[in-house]
Amino acid sequence: MSIHIDRTACIGCGQCAEICPGTLIRMTDGKAEMRYPKECWGCVSCVKQCPVHAVSLYLGADIGGMGSRMTVKKEGSLLHWTVTHPDQTTETITVDSRDANQY
Amino acid sequence: MQSIQLDTDILILGGGAAGCYAALTLQKTAPKARVLILEKAEIRRSGCLAAGVNALNAYIVPGKTPEFYVDYAKKDAHGIVREDLLLTMSQRLNQVTHHLEQLGLVILKDENGNYVTRGNRNIKINGENIKPILAEAVQACPNVTVMNHVNAVEYLVRDNRIQGVFANDVREEKLYTIRCKACICATGGAAGLYRPNNPGFSRHKMWYPPFNTGAGYAMGIRAGAEMTTFEMRFIALRCKDTIAPTGTLAQGVGAKQVNSLGEVYEQKYGLTTSQRVYGTVMENREGRGPCYLRTKGITEQQADSLKRAYLNMAPSQTLKWLENGSSPAEENVEIEGTEPYIIGGHTASGYWVDSKRMTTIEGLFAAGDVAGGCPQKYVTGALAEGEIAGEAAAAYVSSTLQPLPEGYLSQQAAAVQKFFDNDASGFTTEELEEAMQGVMDHYAGGIGTDYGFTEAGLAIADRKILRLMDLSEQVRVSDMQELTRLFELKERLLVCRVVIAHLADRRETRWHCFAENLDHPETDDSWLQYVNSRYENGEIHMLHRPLTGRYETYEHSH
Repeated sequence: MSIHIDRTACIGCGQCAEICPGTLIRMTDGKAEMRYPKECWGCVSCVKQCPVHAVSLYLGADIGGMGSRMTVKKEGSLLHWTVTHPDQTTETITVDSRDANQY
Repeated sequence: MQSIQLDTDILILGGGAAGCYAALTLQKTAPKARVLILEKAEIRRSGCLAAGVNALNAYIVPGKTPEFYVDYAKKDAHGIVREDLLLTMSQRLNQVTHHLEQLGLVILKDENGNYVTRGNRNIKINGENIKPILAEAVQACPNVTVMNHVNAVEYLVRDNRIQGVFANDVREEKLYTIRCKACICATGGAAGLYRPNNPGFSRHKMWYPPFNTGAGYAMGIRAGAEMTTFEMRFIALRCKDTIAPTGTLAQGVGAKQVNSLGEVYEQKYGLTTSQRVYGTVMENREGRGPCYLRTKGITEQQADSLKRAYLNMAPSQTLKWLENGSSPAEENVEIEGTEPYIIGGHTASGYWVDSKRMTTIEGLFAAGDVAGGCPQKYVTGALAEGEIAGEAAAAYVSSTLQPLPEGYLSQQAAAVQKFFDNDASGFTTEELEEAMQGVMDHYAGGIGTDYGFTEAGLAIADRKILRLMDLSEQVRVSDMQELTRLFELKERLLVCRVVIAHLADRRETRWHCFAENLDHPETDDSWLQYVNSRYENGEIHMLHRPLTGRYETYEHSH
């Protein structure tokens, strides 16, 4: 379970490092760095916090991960969850935070 | 290293669900009191609710009563509960829920404006942002200060009364000694004691937050507070690999537990939480595994709804479905039991408290997962306990701050410095943590033994854990983050010792898997009593207490 940080896209705002409940992300050379990838819980707080969508969630190979990554973009009350597969195809599920779960 | 001394009236340890709600309560009941929350992480996304939650599982639905909820929790715990605590919690479940809605939580309603229920105790919500909602409300309280990234380590207790807390900054070289008139411990339960389902790269993909390391338990144990029911471990039945919740599938779309032959097996073993885990263990052991939740055949619309629902609490499960190009409508969801946790919000392990949630240390209150005797709290129960503890702490605060013992600050600083000065030849925190999890897995009833243990094995476990405690003194750290990790390891090791002592003491099997005593495989009703413990001079002393009645007001006899 872990997150990937795109160092090129990272603007160095430090919000992911601040929000991570395990304090697992550090700022090095003005960019965010995942220091303890094995200690990630997968809560995606950092993924939600990143203003430029440079942080993505992926599943470790030991739990069946195959290289797809998930980001989330907020737009008003909408959360657009996008999965980018290794072949660069994408799928997006949009959830309106004003809607409760049906289950 | 900077040593900082602070004073407050009421100190709250942990800004999770219970801690936040205690603060909101104190804003109303003691608006002039200074309240300080120490939060190890960042309050907007800390504790169990970081990723969100998609139902409130403790709610008194129309036609049901608080007593009904007590009955349910008592049955699920096979009788070992504090009914007085359960009842006082249950009476507040609905009012805290309505308050959450006022704060901005989205709750599903029918056309008449009534909450839509899921089963007998649950309501449906959009809880993705439940933690930011609570945190914002706390940050708006003028008398409440939040210190993020500060980790509480040790109580300062004199004459059995709380005086303050010693803490470290997780990132900066700062140590804090904070004096208080009352303290509410809301640090959560303990994960990471046992080898997890996926001990490699995804070792932290666990049910309970891996950052809840049993700090509050360990601090209380060291200070000699009485603890209860640590032998009633919690094991969750979860989706394989992602360790995502199963309740959404079981209750949401009515998915049954089936074995590899497609047979529904859940009725065979019983429907309490521990029996559901046990059934899955037995089906696997007898060659009918793997086991699944039967989702195959639900509609595509239901499947899409499920994918959305998981995004609000466990997005890794949705990622898994999308990554595999699969759907719960086409494939059943494989399930497995997790490693055991110690957590007073689902089972009954924690501080032994009176009806007002005061621990056996005067002025020290406990709420949420760290407080014992009161299982099935879930989110709303943690809030209710935060409210009860907040009210009690407000009524308690009248004492004056006591001077610190002479030399306290320098002693604490020296104790910390020692770990920076250790030579580098010792083991690392990570190595010792792995060793601890291996010992607990093998000798104290982990996944590896289908949760079963023997007295002989527990004796070995205790010796090995003691040895690891010695080794932990020699760990060298190079920064505050590493220091925090080491403190967390020490907390876990001490909690492990208490778990081992409790498992050995209850000579029966009251709960399959949760406490699968292979020397005493039957339930024995002479054990319908609380197994409690106190730690003194390095020894764990066990004591037994008779069950408390539902309408009693339990007070400590100091």
